[in-house]
Amino acid sequence: MIRGRKAKLQVFRIVAFVLFGGFFVMPIYAMFEFSTRGNGADAPRTLANWQAIGTYPDMVAGIVNSLELAAITSIAILVVLVPTMVWVRLRLPRLRRAIELISLLPLTIPAIVLVVGFWPMYQWLGNNVSDSILTLSFAYAILVLPYAYRALDAGLAAIDVKTLSEAARSLGAGWPTVIWRVIVPNISSALLNAALLSVALVLGEYTIANNLLYPNLQVSLVSLGRTNAGVSIAVAVASLLFAFALLIAISFVGRPRRMRSEVA
Amino acid sequence: MSTARPGIEVRLENLSRRYSGVTALDGLNLTMAPGELVALLGPSGCGKTTALRLVAGLEDADGGRVVIGGQDVTNVPANKREIGMVFQAYSLFPHMTAMQNVEFGMQLHEVGPAERHKRACEMLDLVGLSAHVNKYANQMSGGQQQRVALARALAIEPKVLLLDEPLSALDARVRARLRDEIRRVQLEVGTTTLFVTHDQEEALAIADRVGVMNAGHIEQLGPPTAIYSRPATPFVAEFVGLTNRLAGVVKGGEVEVRGTRLPLVEPDSTDGPAIALVRPEAVSVAADGDLSQSPLVGSVISTVFLGATSRVTVDLGDITVLAQLPTSAVGAITAGTRVRLSLRRDPVLIARDDKAPTEA
Repeated sequence: MIRGRKAKLQVFRIVAFVLFGGFFVMPIYAMFEFSTRGNGADAPRTLANWQAIGTYPDMVAGIVNSLELAAITSIAILVVLVPTMVWVRLRLPRLRRAIELISLLPLTIPAIVLVVGFWPMYQWLGNNVSDSILTLSFAYAILVLPYAYRALDAGLAAIDVKTLSEAARSLGAGWPTVIWRVIVPNISSALLNAALLSVALVLGEYTIANNLLYPNLQVSLVSLGRTNAGVSIAVAVASLLFAFALLIAISFVGRPRRMRSEVA
Repeated sequence: MSTARPGIEVRLENLSRRYSGVTALDGLNLTMAPGELVALLGPSGCGKTTALRLVAGLEDADGGRVVIGGQDVTNVPANKREIGMVFQAYSLFPHMTAMQNVEFGMQLHEVGPAERHKRACEMLDLVGLSAHVNKYANQMSGGQQQRVALARALAIEPKVLLLDEPLSALDARVRARLRDEIRRVQLEVGTTTLFVTHDQEEALAIADRVGVMNAGHIEQLGPPTAIYSRPATPFVAEFVGLTNRLAGVVKGGEVEVRGTRLPLVEPDSTDGPAIALVRPEAVSVAADGDLSQSPLVGSVISTVFLGATSRVTVDLGDITVLAQLPTSAVGAITAGTRVRLSLRRDPVLIARDDKAPTEA
């Protein structure tokens, strides 16, 4: 009987894997198929659309902008959040609830509502500080806050922050050393998760950038799609594949430590 | 040993600390002689850990001073106090090997790599872990982790060594062994040490002096033997060792307990009813002689074999009395045996009912 149940579970697994796999792969395949169509009904497959990506400077700029934004946002959010969360855990545990609530707020506010709030601030920023698209990373930092907070919170919960930092302090470590050399190495996978979520979110962001009139990857994609659908779809597939590649790469970076502790 | 250096005097002066209205430390005074190991012993919530954390600088005092080697460090942050600390919870950095853990503090103190490695090896050797230098915390047992923590704390040649219940997470056998080891290492390096524990056996076994704490202050400070045999207050008597509480009457500097007159530790106590605190080893048990007349006749409820000694619980009708005697003297005494108790005429402490000591 147990054997039967095991077999059933196995069948369920395979069916679920195929179904969900198909669900994810089909659209990507369809996009790829579309982007490699030739001109005319019987034209052979062609990579012309893919090769054409480089010939649209706006597109290239959009890609570069989004990559820079992703990097800046994920680094900034970690630099701000890690010390804050450690500090709150150690010194202000009563504030933890409040901080958690605040950091989850952006989840409940629709992006379009955020834009309404951001608009005057970005007008001011553009006039007085800089109108660079990279200032978008402020808005994006708020957008990724809930995800980054969750990921880091899980990481910090898994270690004894208080004892480890007190031990380090008693050995002569100042706060920067405590965070950089004791806390960070022990929450590395949480850091990677937070960074990954931030990168994925920023690369896919459209609403805020479009409404604040900044041409990031998604905005460029949409505008290019109006003139040349084939190239725009090619870029979309490429950006998806790039995000996957990044995801896999990041999860591999986190691997060695896990393997080492398995030896124990 | 090369790391040995003369100990440093540590003074806690009138330290106090409150947590949101609750007084954890209430004007604590303690002077530790250079190289001395003082154990702070007390029930949970008595302020012993708070005292240690104030010395470490991990918490701020509301009043009073901490003086280490003649220097007032009350406002010096923890990382500048040059203290070594071993925690109750396992505190090794999980991403470092035992060796790296021990080297960490020296690195922060800018000890050169060669010297660092040499001293780390010495320290790990001192705690008997030469064979485990490349292991991570999750590859070591609890006892080994605490040894590494000890080596790590001592590697920076701290002015004071602070041990915050370092043995409580370990099982009984490892605990006894590591306890003796801590004492050996401490004597070898000669560092002034403050050891906090709620385990009286640990405190009595390891310390030069024991401070029994209650409600934020030290009730009695003295050598283990004095704490045990001449407790200064009923609280100390009850907390350190087992104690029988026998109702009696104080009269003329003695207390009469069920027909036996016992001398008092404080002979000038006022007359009247009182509770005499009698140690189990001051009670002897006999199964022969006159078993009818004495008010100290009862039947044995149980005998517990403890090795060299045995503990006998006797029901006197209205109360039960614990007696501890050499196992060889137990002989035919078993549960149900009628026995006669006699009380050794050691000076005893008395408690009045209104200030009954706290439960240990």
